[in-house]
Amino acid sequence: MQLRGLVKRYGDRAVVDGLDLEVARGEVFALLGPNGAGKTTTIEILEGVRKRDGGDVRVLGVDPASAGRDWRARVGVVSQGSGAAQELSVREILDHFSGYHATPRPTAELIAAVGLEEKAGTRVGRLSGGQRRRLEVALGVQGRPELVFLDEPTTGMDPVARRQFWELIRGLRAEGATVLLTTHYLDEAAELSDRVGVIADGRLVEVAPPDELGAELRRLATVRWSEDGAVREVRTATPGVVLRDLLATSVTGDLPGLTVTRPSLEDVYLSLVGAPSTVCTDSEGDPR
Amino acid sequence: MTALHATPAEPGTVGRFRWAVADALAVAGRDVAHWRRRPAAVLVGALFPVLLLLMFTYLLGGGMVVPGGGDYRDFLVPGMLALAMVFGVEATMTAVVTDTARGITDRFRSLPMAPSAVVAGRCLADMASSVVGLVVLVVAALALGWRPDGLVPALAAVGLLLLLRLAFLWMGIYLGLLARDPSAVMAVQILVWPFAFLSNAFVAASSMPGWLATVAEWNPVAGTVTAVRELFGAPVDSGGGWATDHALLLAVAWPVLLTAVFAVLSVRRFQGLSR
Repeated sequence: MQLRGLVKRYGDRAVVDGLDLEVARGEVFALLGPNGAGKTTTIEILEGVRKRDGGDVRVLGVDPASAGRDWRARVGVVSQGSGAAQELSVREILDHFSGYHATPRPTAELIAAVGLEEKAGTRVGRLSGGQRRRLEVALGVQGRPELVFLDEPTTGMDPVARRQFWELIRGLRAEGATVLLTTHYLDEAAELSDRVGVIADGRLVEVAPPDELGAELRRLATVRWSEDGAVREVRTATPGVVLRDLLATSVTGDLPGLTVTRPSLEDVYLSLVGAPSTVCTDSEGDPR
Repeated sequence: MTALHATPAEPGTVGRFRWAVADALAVAGRDVAHWRRRPAAVLVGALFPVLLLLMFTYLLGGGMVVPGGGDYRDFLVPGMLALAMVFGVEATMTAVVTDTARGITDRFRSLPMAPSAVVAGRCLADMASSVVGLVVLVVAALALGWRPDGLVPALAAVGLLLLLRLAFLWMGIYLGLLARDPSAVMAVQILVWPFAFLSNAFVAASSMPGWLATVAEWNPVAGTVTAVRELFGAPVDSGGGWATDHALLLAVAWPVLLTAVFAVLSVRRFQGLSR
């Protein structure tokens, strides 16, 4: 999957503004970003259900804007909409949609994979939001796709269902499928993905494996202490040196309220997308 | 998903056709499954024209004067049958706008299915439900003592009625794709009434003041109503103009024209969903 200079405008506003991305076969890639950053638009263009205004896109070697049935058969989609008829039961819906695939996964297997065994006979209209998401996920992987797009798949799921969903994604990966998902949950991105792309204002601001995300930012520790009743802080790559100098110059030989912190994944993410966070409020340097 | 069609699982035109038909049947089957789950909604839709037939026959019919002095019931039945087809626009529009609002249309667009299947399936399902609606209304009319002239002209009349339904089906698809949320259906449910009254369905167009009579005569349902009256051997508005004299022509031309226009608009609109 390759994107080069992807642009999508709604009116005058560029929602996706020159986005470049490459995802390798068999990779699990997570797109992270705040609401309105362009995640859904990007994923819909990749799915071929939305047109783009500029740039070059290749998904499974084909431009999705003009892709046909063969291509669709290789791609699975879990979109944000509920997408399921209210009056039919979980099993009936899955049976119905299996008719559109050449070699669908058996309905019973799908129901078990998303943990809806007890709800198999329940009408979709009576499912909770999280259960409906699980049904959506089941529909997305029904056709044994090589490539799966999941747009905020775990929104509304309880922690147990999320863990179950993670297992499902790991299973897909083990079968060699490529997965592109968007999420708000950092732990989910860290848990599942080989690489994370952080998207803000329609551009990718960083792409890295989750544990290397924001390596630059994470190298900097924040040293904070109180002096003359005011909180002082310094951001530094060498907190040990800073501490030594501080202690050497301290009148009392002590530093009240001393803390040395490194940014969490969440702090890194927040600074990447330009949101205010604790690490950004210092006087020494602004990572934004 | 505009220009390029998929390569079907089976190569060749026959395979492609078979695949498109299978997908369309599957989509239509989904609607039928829904209806089986909500029989009340279907029943109300089919019985509403029957209720109108009863009201106009027994409550208003006493005061109606039929051109040529025929029975008002015989004059009314073809008008009600045609209006039942027009009312179908609401059912189609509701179905389309609900599917779009719930993301089902997008789900279909992301599946390996024939691009035509969503719309073709809608057509099949709604035409089938219209046949059921016609049967219910005809049975009710027969129970009131109405009798058509002969089987063959009656079947021809049913053909004209279903052609009219097809036109309003496409109008419903277009309006459904145009509307953003299901509440827009309300507006259409209201507007069908002036549309219905400004025709020859309930009274003869010639009984209306000058220019209104012309509008009523040229109403897209008027040709069908008059042609169906002739085929059923019912009293026909004799004081009409060119449009009434050429009712059969208009009964074919209007639906064909409407179908063509709204089919093109709908396809455009459907493709525009990916914008």
